[in-house]
Amino acid sequence: MEANTRDTGRLPAAFLTPGSSSFMDFLGAHSPQLLPGNRPLPPLQGAVEAPHGTTIVAASFPGGVVLAGDRRATMGNVIAQRDIEKVFPADEYSAVGIAGTAGIAVEMVKLFQLELEHFEKVEGTVLSLEGKANRLSTMIRGNLGMAMQGLAVVPLFAGWDVDREKGRIFSYDVTGGRSEEHGFAATGSGSMFARGSLKKLYRDDLTEDQAVTAVVQALYDAADDDSATGGPDLARRIFPIVTVITDDGYKRYSEAEVSEVARAILERRLEEPDGPRAALL
Amino acid sequence: MTTPFYVSPQQAMADRAEYARKGIARGRSVVVLQYSDGILFVAENPSRALHKVSEIYDRIAFAAVGKYNEFENLRIGGVRYADLRGYTYDRDDVTARGLANVYAQTLGTIFSSAAEKPYEVELIVAEVGEAPEDDQIYRLPHDGSIVDEHGSVAVGGNADQISSYLDQRHRDGMTLAEALKLAVESLARDNNGGERSLTAEQLEVAVLDRKRPQQRKFKRVLGRQLSRLLESEGAAAEDSSVAESEAEDSEE
Repeated sequence: MEANTRDTGRLPAAFLTPGSSSFMDFLGAHSPQLLPGNRPLPPLQGAVEAPHGTTIVAASFPGGVVLAGDRRATMGNVIAQRDIEKVFPADEYSAVGIAGTAGIAVEMVKLFQLELEHFEKVEGTVLSLEGKANRLSTMIRGNLGMAMQGLAVVPLFAGWDVDREKGRIFSYDVTGGRSEEHGFAATGSGSMFARGSLKKLYRDDLTEDQAVTAVVQALYDAADDDSATGGPDLARRIFPIVTVITDDGYKRYSEAEVSEVARAILERRLEEPDGPRAALL
Repeated sequence: MTTPFYVSPQQAMADRAEYARKGIARGRSVVVLQYSDGILFVAENPSRALHKVSEIYDRIAFAAVGKYNEFENLRIGGVRYADLRGYTYDRDDVTARGLANVYAQTLGTIFSSAAEKPYEVELIVAEVGEAPEDDQIYRLPHDGSIVDEHGSVAVGGNADQISSYLDQRHRDGMTLAEALKLAVESLARDNNGGERSLTAEQLEVAVLDRKRPQQRKFKRVLGRQLSRLLESEGAAAEDSSVAESEAEDSEE
C-alpha cells in the first residue's frame, strides 16, 4: 500500500526515518545527485578552465578572530570577477573563507551552512567548533576526485569556541586534512606573501582593530606580489571582505569601515610602498 | 476458519478518529497568536529539553500536541523537507503553505491507511510575513485536513474552550506582553472554569519576530526575558520587542 509514497504527496519514508541529524547524510540517502562531490566527471585532458578564488587570511586576537579575503576571481590570465565574495558566515559563531574553484566552493559553503543549521534545528543544540571543522573536512575529502582534475577547494575556517572562550583557526589541504593554526593563517594563491606579511606584523596581543589592520595589510602585500589577488580598488569602491567573530557572534565589517582601514594603509604606503618595517633584531 | 466481523467503513473511520482525538485530548495545550511584530507560541510544558514548539525554517515554525515520538518525527521530516527545498531552489521558495500541504498529505494517508495506526497529533505550521496581513497560520488535525487560522488558535486537551476564550479577547496589533498575558490566561483556565496559576518554569514560549535582524526569525523566549514579560502588568506602554532585549539576555 505504501510502496510508492512519492505519488501520494506525503513525505517520503526517508524524511521520516529517525536517526541522522546531518543534512549531508540525508541528502546522500535521499538525493545523492545533489551532493557536490557525487558527480562523476567525464575523463578529459588538461585542467578545466573555471574561475578561481584567491587569497584568504585569518588572525586571532584575545577575544576573537578575524577572517578576511580579497575580491578577485581569475580564470587563467583573465580576471573573471572583480567583486566576488569569498568569506561567508557558517553560523552564528563561525565563518569560512574559500580559495580554489569558485563554483564548487560556493556550493560547498552553501551546503556547509545548511549542515550546521540543520543540526542545530534537529538537535536543538549547536555543534562544537571542532565538530564543525570536522564536517568541513568531510566535505573537502568528498571533492578529492574533482581536486585531482584541477577543481580543488581549499577553505579556511575560523570561529569562536564557546567552550574554550577563544577564537580558533583551522586550515585544510585538498585531501581534507585539517590542522589548527595558532595565531594566523592564509590560504590561496597569494597565501605565501600574506603569510610572510602576517609573520612580521602579527603579535598575540593585538586588539580587534589592530588585527583587522594586520589582515588588510597582509592582503595588500599578497596583491602586491600575486597577480591573482586583488588589491583595494578605490575607483570602483571594492574593498576586501573583513569579518570578525567574537563572543557576540559573527559580524561583517561594512564597506565604509573596511574602506577606512584600506585608505589608511594606502596613505602610509604612498610613503613606504613595502609597508611597515619590522625590526632587524 | 473464523470469519472476521464486518465493520462498516464509516464505523472504522469514526473509531480511528475517536482514537486519535482521545490521544490528543490527554495532553496539555499549545496556543498560537498573532501580535503586532509577529507570531507568539505558548505551550504548557515543564520540560526544557523536549519541545512542543520548534523552528522549521527562516520564517516558519512548528507547534504540536499529542504523542511526542509522532510529532517529533513529523517535525524532523518538516525540517528535512524545508532544508532540501531551500537547498535545491532558494530560501524564499520555502513556504508554510507548501509545508502544511505535505503534512496534510502525510497525516491524511496515515489516517486512512488501514495498515497504520493513526497519528495522535495535531500540528500548527505558522509563517511570519513582512506585515501582520501576510502572516499565515495553519492548523492540521490528525486526519489530514488543513484549517487556515487567523488571529489566534489553540490545539490540545482543552482546545475548544481555550479557542473561544482567545477569540473573544484577541485583537489585532497587541504587543508581545499583552499577547503573552492573554495566552497564559487562556492556558490557565481549567475544564470546570477554575483557574490555575502558571509560572515561567511551566511555560515554553517562542516567537517568530518579523523585526529580528537575522534571517532566521524564530526565537525562544527564556529566563529573565520571559519573567520580565510575564510580570509587566497592564503592558500598554510595554514595547519590549524581542530583538531589543536579546543583547541584554545573551550573557545568560
